Amino acid sequence: MIAFLSLLARNRLALAGGIVLSAVVLLALVTPLLPLADPDVTNTSNRFVPPFSEGALLGTDHLGRDLLSRLLWGTRLSLAVGFAAAIVAATIGAAIGIIAGYYGGRTDNVIMRGVDMLMAFPYILLALAIVAALGPGLFNALIAVAAVNVPFFARNIRGITVGIAHKEFVDAARLAGLSNTRIILSEILPNVIPVIVIAMSTTIGWMILETAGLSFLGLGSQPPQADLGSMLGEARSALITNPHTSVVPGIMILVIVMSINLLGDGVRDALDPRLKSGALSRPMAATQVKRAGPVPAPTGKGLLEVQALETQFHVKDRIYRAVGGVDLHVEKGECLGIIGESGSGKSVTALSIMGLVSSPPGVITGGAAHYDGEDLIGAPYRRLRDMRGRNVSYIFQDPLATLHPLYRVGDQLIEAIRAHRPIGKEAGRAKAVELLDAVRIPNAAKRITDYPHEMSGGMRQRVGIAMALANDPDIIIADEPTTALDVTVQAQVLTILDDLRRSRGLAIIFITHDFGVVAQLCDRVAVMYAGRIVEEGRTTDILDTPRHPYTARLMACVPELGGGKRRLEAIAGLPPVVDRLPQGCAFADRCLKVQDDCRQGDIPLVRSGARAVRCLYPEEKAREAAE
Amino acid sequence: MTGYILKRILSAIPVLLGITVIVFLIMALIPGDPATAILGSYATPENVARLNRDLGLDKSLFQQYFIWLGNMLQGDFGTSFALNRPVLDEVLERFNATLVLAGTAFVMCSLLGVIAGVISAANQYGLADKAITFAVLLGISVPSFFLGMMMILLFAVNLRWFPVSGMWPIYGARDFGALLSHLTMPAIALAVVATGVIARLSRSAMLEVLRQDFIRTARAKGVHERGVIWRHALKAAMVSIIPVLGIQAGFVLSGAVYIEIVFQWPGVGRMLVDAILKRDILLVQGGVVFVAACYVMFNIAVDVLQSLLDPRIKT
Repeated sequence: MIAFLSLLARNRLALAGGIVLSAVVLLALVTPLLPLADPDVTNTSNRFVPPFSEGALLGTDHLGRDLLSRLLWGTRLSLAVGFAAAIVAATIGAAIGIIAGYYGGRTDNVIMRGVDMLMAFPYILLALAIVAALGPGLFNALIAVAAVNVPFFARNIRGITVGIAHKEFVDAARLAGLSNTRIILSEILPNVIPVIVIAMSTTIGWMILETAGLSFLGLGSQPPQADLGSMLGEARSALITNPHTSVVPGIMILVIVMSINLLGDGVRDALDPRLKSGALSRPMAATQVKRAGPVPAPTGKGLLEVQALETQFHVKDRIYRAVGGVDLHVEKGECLGIIGESGSGKSVTALSIMGLVSSPPGVITGGAAHYDGEDLIGAPYRRLRDMRGRNVSYIFQDPLATLHPLYRVGDQLIEAIRAHRPIGKEAGRAKAVELLDAVRIPNAAKRITDYPHEMSGGMRQRVGIAMALANDPDIIIADEPTTALDVTVQAQVLTILDDLRRSRGLAIIFITHDFGVVAQLCDRVAVMYAGRIVEEGRTTDILDTPRHPYTARLMACVPELGGGKRRLEAIAGLPPVVDRLPQGCAFADRCLKVQDDCRQGDIPLVRSGARAVRCLYPEEKAREAAE
Repeated sequence: MTGYILKRILSAIPVLLGITVIVFLIMALIPGDPATAILGSYATPENVARLNRDLGLDKSLFQQYFIWLGNMLQGDFGTSFALNRPVLDEVLERFNATLVLAGTAFVMCSLLGVIAGVISAANQYGLADKAITFAVLLGISVPSFFLGMMMILLFAVNLRWFPVSGMWPIYGARDFGALLSHLTMPAIALAVVATGVIARLSRSAMLEVLRQDFIRTARAKGVHERGVIWRHALKAAMVSIIPVLGIQAGFVLSGAVYIEIVFQWPGVGRMLVDAILKRDILLVQGGVVFVAACYVMFNIAVDVLQSLLDPRIKT
């Protein structure tokens, strides 16, 4: 509760709304105690006195009644009716929603059909019909406004209740023999109250507006009693001659509703967990770059050379070091594998190269990625966009999520081409077919009109590859492209990639957590752990003689077909959290042969020949550690 | 596709029936009896009884409903006693005027709302976002009738840009230009609230979509940021924006009542308020059923549009 209030207070706009609203409510509460003129006493000799006159601060209306007094009494009435309508609507709506959601089945069906019927009416029309039946009057207007809002609450609360009614603690209460009423009151209700509060805070402004509206139409409060709406309605005939009689109540409605809306937004934001985590932030067109240190100069190694790359995620005041200084390079026609567990930073490394890490929260804080001598990390967005897909292209993991669901695959392919060069309709189509043919999609000419959801997973991933090939890039970065596929399809996709590499001289950076895939495709491999490379070398060397204990253990996790009765060794423990990396070796806590000095200082990546390892006590022989 | 449309129309039948039941029941709640209301409190009991018989009010509620429904299906909505004219004629004439007003406002709020929402999301936390968010807050907080009155004061009385009220000039040609000058202010006043709501929702729908994987794919292809926002993200966001447009259409259609009163627009809302104050029950019933039915039909169109946009909806 206190945390909630402080969160609310941190939102300055909500705070302002809260203060204004409190002031208005307070004023309405003390109105009877204030030395005001009687709001209903008419004095026709004193009509339409302008504001700021002697004895009438806001002037008088068409019957000579004091406007300030009428305003305050009217505010009192409008607030009371609005709040009452909100409470009535919330109570009845919540009750209906909880009953429908909790009992489910037929009860639910019947109730929700009725609610749907009510929601089929244009909102205000239904209120009009109810007032028509009950007759004009403030109380009837209240009923009408509450009634038309009931379905909204019922539907919202039902949705939440359905979710809760199947949770374990409710089942437990049922098994404990509690009655339905007790379960609803003690288990369900406390959990839906926040939702009721959010729904109320977002609708109460509406309800005040609607009651004011009905009064404005002459269907709400009846003379001489006046709420803000009927004050405005009465003032309308004198709008042109004496606008102040309209402006005064109108501004008051605006102030009340606006402050309620500000506060309501604040309440919603404070209670919505997604906003707290910043998950609703929009990723920018390119990752933010804030390099503190000097930019490494290219050494001319490879077509693409990544040096000392550091990428972090800044979430609130926490810093997650997803990539902590990675060096990589890939030659033309070469396939480099990056392998590691989930969260080891391999994908972030790959995405950083073309500025595709979601930002916020991602920030590239150091290093360089030189493509043909040009640093991509510091490149302006324009240059980056120009090179994306043309020089360096990506293949992503789950093609169902990574292809646009509402465009035909052919159009998505053509768009990839059009992003870099103009191409006519027919030529574009022909090229799209050619690309699908290249990735061996049967019947390509027909499939280009398919939507992604109409294809199988393997076909979709081929479309993903075709799209990456659209502009004949030099480098393809494949981020776990086969993880979501079954084994036979996986093998086909790998074959396609391997053929393309050989026929087109493509450089491939292949990210995976699967040593089998690495063995099949990659010339060299880099093993990542906790955001850094712990071992690197030729695939055959590393597979034969892993030198870092982590590599060895990782390989021991892979079952081998026909490999006999070797025990599969899971690695105990979890990788360290990257916002609190330990001193020394990040793997120390899970390593079987850890020594005291492993936990001290920075352990360098030591190169010898084509291999490099980041370990003080590297393995001597291949299978030693595993057995 | 045709199958889907047909299915959707069929599924609307129970909703339409439900609407007639609800309207009928609400009207049956009316305290006192309509004959007395029509004849006044000095009517003789014989006259009241005769009128009740003429109106069919001596039958059971059940019978009354089916007679009423049957007549409506044949296009007979009864006769308005205050206007002494068939209800359907009056409603149709008035509904035309409302349609012009609400239709214009709806087009305005849909276009402006979505555009503002997209710009807001694309510049999240930037200057444009803050300005739009504030304007939206103001828009959804202002009572449309008050806004309309202030617009009259400023643009009609002081600046004399537009006529004060009405749909047509009292003297002079009833041409398109005349309609446009009469329509501008009420349509804007009516559109403001819905624009705010749509902008707000479009913004959050866009933010939701912009975090999805296919947006990253579009960027990785090298699609220009403009294309990423206005083609890829907006198209996907429309899937959740379109239903809101449907709901807002209902608000615009029924919220027109305030604007029609303020601007003396000869629409169905003003007719309903007059009829309620005069207790012209048949006119209220007929008007409400007619407008609600039109709204149901409109929502079918919205669903069809949705299925055209989203091929994943099985047709």
